[in-house]
Amino acid sequence: MSLILDKVSYKYSTGTAYEVTALDNVSLEIKDGQFIGIIGHTGSGKSTLIQHLNGLLKATEGVIYYNGQDIYDKDYDLKELRTQVGMVFQYPEHQLFETTVFEDVKFGPKNQGLDDKEATLRAYEALRSVGFPEDYYDQSPFDLSGGQKRRAAIAGVLAMKPAVLILDEPTAGLDPKGRDEILGLIKKMHEKSGNTIILVSHSMEDVANYVDRIIVMNDAKVYMDGTPKEVFSQAKDLEEIGLAVPEVTYFMMELKAKGYDVDVAATTVEEAKREILKLKGINA
Amino acid sequence: MFREITIGQYYPADSLLHRLDPRVKLFGTIIYLISIFVAGDIFSFAFLALFLVMIIRLSKVPFSYMVKGLRGIVLLLVIAGVFNLFMTPGQALVEFGPLTISDVGLKNAVLMTARMIFLIIGTSIMTLTTTPNQLTDGLETSLAPLTIFNVPVHEIALMMSIALRFIPILVEETDKIMKAQMARGADFESKGIVRKAKAMVPLLVPLFVSAFRRASDLALAMEARCYHGGEGRTKMKPLHYEKEDRLSYVVIISYLILLIVIRIVL
Repeated sequence: MSLILDKVSYKYSTGTAYEVTALDNVSLEIKDGQFIGIIGHTGSGKSTLIQHLNGLLKATEGVIYYNGQDIYDKDYDLKELRTQVGMVFQYPEHQLFETTVFEDVKFGPKNQGLDDKEATLRAYEALRSVGFPEDYYDQSPFDLSGGQKRRAAIAGVLAMKPAVLILDEPTAGLDPKGRDEILGLIKKMHEKSGNTIILVSHSMEDVANYVDRIIVMNDAKVYMDGTPKEVFSQAKDLEEIGLAVPEVTYFMMELKAKGYDVDVAATTVEEAKREILKLKGINA
Repeated sequence: MFREITIGQYYPADSLLHRLDPRVKLFGTIIYLISIFVAGDIFSFAFLALFLVMIIRLSKVPFSYMVKGLRGIVLLLVIAGVFNLFMTPGQALVEFGPLTISDVGLKNAVLMTARMIFLIIGTSIMTLTTTPNQLTDGLETSLAPLTIFNVPVHEIALMMSIALRFIPILVEETDKIMKAQMARGADFESKGIVRKAKAMVPLLVPLFVSAFRRASDLALAMEARCYHGGEGRTKMKPLHYEKEDRLSYVVIISYLILLIVIRIVL
């Protein structure tokens, strides 16, 4: 079970003055159970890349395989693929439309062909897993606060029980508390279900804290691909394309420059703490 | 899928037509529209076509790009053509059972279709070579005298520019919501009018909500910048005529006169 992209290219508005290459010869393999972070500048091709993974965009060139099957095959059921590869768009609360939160979450499962009872069950499960307060289940989704709307919208995708979950900037526009809650929730889900999760983000800290593989996009190409340690050890290259490493990595680099013998590859506060304590001879 | 719409779109290029004052282009378009209805025989249409070809060449917009705009009205053209062909009384040329093609019908059908094609291509040249901002600017200045009769010219122009500005935003928004709902298994390709209408609900509700949200955001932003209507408002780029513009007026008017002469004499 995996997603494979083979030399995928995508151009917007081909044949006009506005032609833009959004993906340029991208080859990737996404194995089951990975927690992947995709980072990159605005316009680097992140959003275009993820929209290929569930067949919303069709590559101009190249092939994508899901579980060994070519998704561009004539007989391939793209609707089925979309229930397998769930996608939470940026600002997902803009897709809410039903009269109650509960009905809105049921929309996905119902489209999968589940009967009302099954869909209701799925909706309960999904809303509970995102920590949505039970009192608001029958409220209009338009009356909720921003954070609650976001949760309801994410639940709407989770209710379809996708094997691969893609989230495009799920924390955009949320306050720090809301951000930690949403990311913590995703982490917890990953640990519990072992699903593949792909997280698109601007924030290096978010990515460093949660994922086990980072794909860096730049100028429609894959610029780097590796563990957070591998990627963030190349601070110079990242800065060159307008990105940065987590604050704490900068801090460790400063320490090293001052003559302390620490591992600069610490990418989370927790790792940095351990390194510094080790220096002091304390085993955490 | 919505990127195909070319009517009302701007095509960036560096040409004489792009540089012209929007007022000249507005005036030119009106004259052109009149000329389409003045033309009525093969000679005047040939002259009109010649003029149009010249304008297309001057605009540096690829012809294929303009034809794309015609695609949306093919059905309308066919219907109008067919109805004119069969429904006009006159001397019968061909008869298929109850259907007859009369000489007047044939003439009307050809004329009608030609006029519509000329109309769409001609007017699309104006929007292709003029940015929406220039267009409303031109409109506002041209209609300014009407303020004497209490016509809210500035407000109308503002509404127009906002509407034009919002088209691409709403198109993009539609695309985004459509994709989000497709990711949730929504099916926008189903057959049957009832199912199709039902499938539109998850698209239309969020779209309307977002349109209202954007409208209220915009109103708030305008208030915050002390917008108070057109009175006493100056422009960053005031319109003024250059030599090219004056020359263009002469060309446009001589074109209409020539066309009328051709129509009367030939």
